[in-house]
Amino acid sequence: MASRDDIKFLSNPKIGNKKKKYCRFRKFGIKHIDYKDADFLIQFINEQGKILPRRITGNSLKYQRKVAVAVKRARHLAYLPYVTDLLK
Amino acid sequence: MRHYEVTFIVDPVLSADEIKSTASIYQDLITEEGAKIVHTDEMGLKQLAYTINKRSSGIYYCVEYTTDSSELNAKLELALRRDERIMRFLVIHLDKYAIQYNEDKRAGKIGKAKRTIEKAKAAEAKAKAAKTKYVEPAGSKGKSAAPAVKKVTPAPKVESVVAETPVAKAADTATAEEE
Repeated sequence: MASRDDIKFLSNPKIGNKKKKYCRFRKFGIKHIDYKDADFLIQFINEQGKILPRRITGNSLKYQRKVAVAVKRARHLAYLPYVTDLLK
Repeated sequence: MRHYEVTFIVDPVLSADEIKSTASIYQDLITEEGAKIVHTDEMGLKQLAYTINKRSSGIYYCVEYTTDSSELNAKLELALRRDERIMRFLVIHLDKYAIQYNEDKRAGKIGKAKRTIEKAKAAEAKAKAAKTKYVEPAGSKGKSAAPAVKKVTPAPKVESVVAETPVAKAADTATAEEE
């Protein structure tokens, strides 16, 4: 006999209650994005080093532009790679 | 007055004196043109994200300065471009938020130091939690009971597996007989 813990939901219970995305720069009042801070910028690129779109990061247009510029500057100065695999 | 920031990577193959002299050349160039150096950051030897001129590491320097003349940047960029010891450089104009950010960073309000502290705290908390977890089964009764309950749960599964397998075997044998 299966115990109570073994019973699984037939449908994914997480479907339906969507978590609202937000712009972290607006929420936390970050005004400047430093291109020298590679650990921070790594949150906005995928594992191939591509810049993630706004629909995934949830950034507002203003800060997405700034993120893109910062990532490109970081790439030029070899803080971040242009192309790679398994970055994360 | 406009704020600028120049970041450049010096070839790591050079001797320590040469590296310092190359960095000071550009600091002197900036001051000679009537600009004022706000801060010089020697970030030291760092691993590059990709190889540049067959080098996998470089020495990073970052100089923040203020100037009125627009000629300095052109001169500085030309000098940096001509220099073989400089692997990469970037001159950018800083807006008011960037200036504030750099000041805060120097004051230690933001930046990696804070984050590393947080990380260290988190690591400590984790270590503590691990330790407490490790100690608890030996001491407290309630906790020792919990694993016992967990141990009980897999047992029925095994039984069910055992129960199922003979049926499957029987089915197999049945099919074998049919054949």
